[in-house]
Amino acid sequence: MSIVLIVAESQPDGHLRKATLHAIAAGKELAQKTGAPLHLAVLAENPSALAEQLKPYGAVVIHTVASPAFAHYVAESYAPAVAALASSIGADFVGAAATAQGRDLLPRVAARLKAAMASDVLAFSGSGTDVTFTRPMWAGSVIADVKLKTSVKALTIRATEFSAAEPGGGPAEVKAFPAPADVASSPTQFVSFNEVKSARPELTEASIVVSGGRGTKGDFKEIEALADELGAAVGASRAVCDAGWVPNDYQVGQTGKVVAPKLYIAAGISGAIQHLAGMKGSKVIVAINKDPEAPIFQVADYGIVADLFKVLPELRAAIHASKSS
Amino acid sequence: MKILVTAKRVEDPESKIKVKADGSGIVQEGLKYKINPFDEIAVEEGLRLAAKHGGEVVVVSIGPKEVQEQLRHALAMGATKAVWVNHGGALDPMSAAGLLKAVLEREKPDLAILGKQSIDDDQNQTGQYLAEWLGWSQATFASKVESLESDAEKAKTPAIHIAADGKSAQVVREVDNGLTTLSVKLPAIVTSDLRLNLPRYASLPGIMKAKNKPIEELTPAALGVDASPQIQVVKLSAPPPRKAGVKVGDVQELFTKLKNEAKVI
Repeated sequence: MSIVLIVAESQPDGHLRKATLHAIAAGKELAQKTGAPLHLAVLAENPSALAEQLKPYGAVVIHTVASPAFAHYVAESYAPAVAALASSIGADFVGAAATAQGRDLLPRVAARLKAAMASDVLAFSGSGTDVTFTRPMWAGSVIADVKLKTSVKALTIRATEFSAAEPGGGPAEVKAFPAPADVASSPTQFVSFNEVKSARPELTEASIVVSGGRGTKGDFKEIEALADELGAAVGASRAVCDAGWVPNDYQVGQTGKVVAPKLYIAAGISGAIQHLAGMKGSKVIVAINKDPEAPIFQVADYGIVADLFKVLPELRAAIHASKSS
Repeated sequence: MKILVTAKRVEDPESKIKVKADGSGIVQEGLKYKINPFDEIAVEEGLRLAAKHGGEVVVVSIGPKEVQEQLRHALAMGATKAVWVNHGGALDPMSAAGLLKAVLEREKPDLAILGKQSIDDDQNQTGQYLAEWLGWSQATFASKVESLESDAEKAKTPAIHIAADGKSAQVVREVDNGLTTLSVKLPAIVTSDLRLNLPRYASLPGIMKAKNKPIEELTPAALGVDASPQIQVVKLSAPPPRKAGVKVGDVQELFTKLKNEAKVI
């Protein structure tokens, strides 16, 4: 029997990553198309709380795999467990959200399963085992429809393309799967995690994102002030991350975060194709740039040719005034 | 130590990529080709490690004869020798990893550094397949704590820290919400992210020297690898265009449009 297996991801503090709910939604869609039941895999030192939380999201079975080796994520511990589980249940599709962990883990799982893989899947078509995966290439300048010829198929899912799964299905059955012995023999050891802590919403989850580029000259005060007025996340172009002006984690683009908020405000960002790849799925795009020729204006719904240090405070004041009126 | 790095030939990331009318591929006319930017970072890191610890840097590329341009580029940057896997057909991450595995088993490096993804197919898979098939450690998305404008970067300090006994290495990785550090057992596969380093330009003497450096030619058959791809590209298309926007005259107009027209604030 064909099965769609989605690997859940938890944050370092043990909480579920929201991207997993988007991957579950994609998994449900894939399961419908292929006539296969949806199963989830939860790997953790103590997976029961996470499995409990995922019960109402529509999976038929949630497989928990417990091991002290999962206290910190490393691909060499997780991959043998996911691959052993996928083989044991006869999964034809193994997927996860295209987060840093998903991108690191799934190809290693695919390698163990001799499965071909599609990264950053945007959509599915076809039915049964004849599924076509739609995914971006060349920084999103090209959309490709691909088929995977191997019997087992692996994928990562672009979270912004699928609405988060809603609870409400019948409760999933939770089954414990014993961790294979090789999860404890990883040649790679976790050393440390340096978390960028922020009180603002997570970039990939925020409904509004305010991003700054080279035009800020490294001064993000006005970007942050507007973001805080709007309850928005702060993003950045590659150039400002490279310069060390803001944490790397802020980067929106082909190789950074892909965001699709209802409002994306790009201030002092020229709009290189690698940046556009990460934000052009946003519902409304505002571009603020002194250069009227900046490519960002080609994707912006509203553009203003002006100095961001003049525009941002005025916009913030207007928003603030409208709130209190 | 011996470090192996990759140099995939890709379209210049600044080029405008257009899809052919029949969706069978991209329009090749007028395109320029370069070493994959992430691979160029891998080459640079290899050179820095070799400068610090002694040893050689072997650069590998898979493709038709034109990929020798990218190998010469890496040799001009300072790589010691090149391996060209002469392969004409389509290449997917599984076939690339299969060929690289065979090359690594011949070359026996202490460390292999690959770009984390190539900017054409954007898959971000080859290094991970390769590490699993070799049974090696992997450290993907290698980065560093210092910025690209730091003194450490200006001093061309390698970001990967090789242990004194040469048996392991510490690698800082870019992940969601921060940086994580792993200790990998050598030999290992590292894939480079953008902020690992700023690659050097090839100097004129470097370019002259590269002309006399050896490029060894291999084939999938000689390596005993079936390189037929497992991914079939059915059709390419252009993404749906965004509808044209408007320029607004002042902030008040912008605010009004966002509030009353787009209704997003």
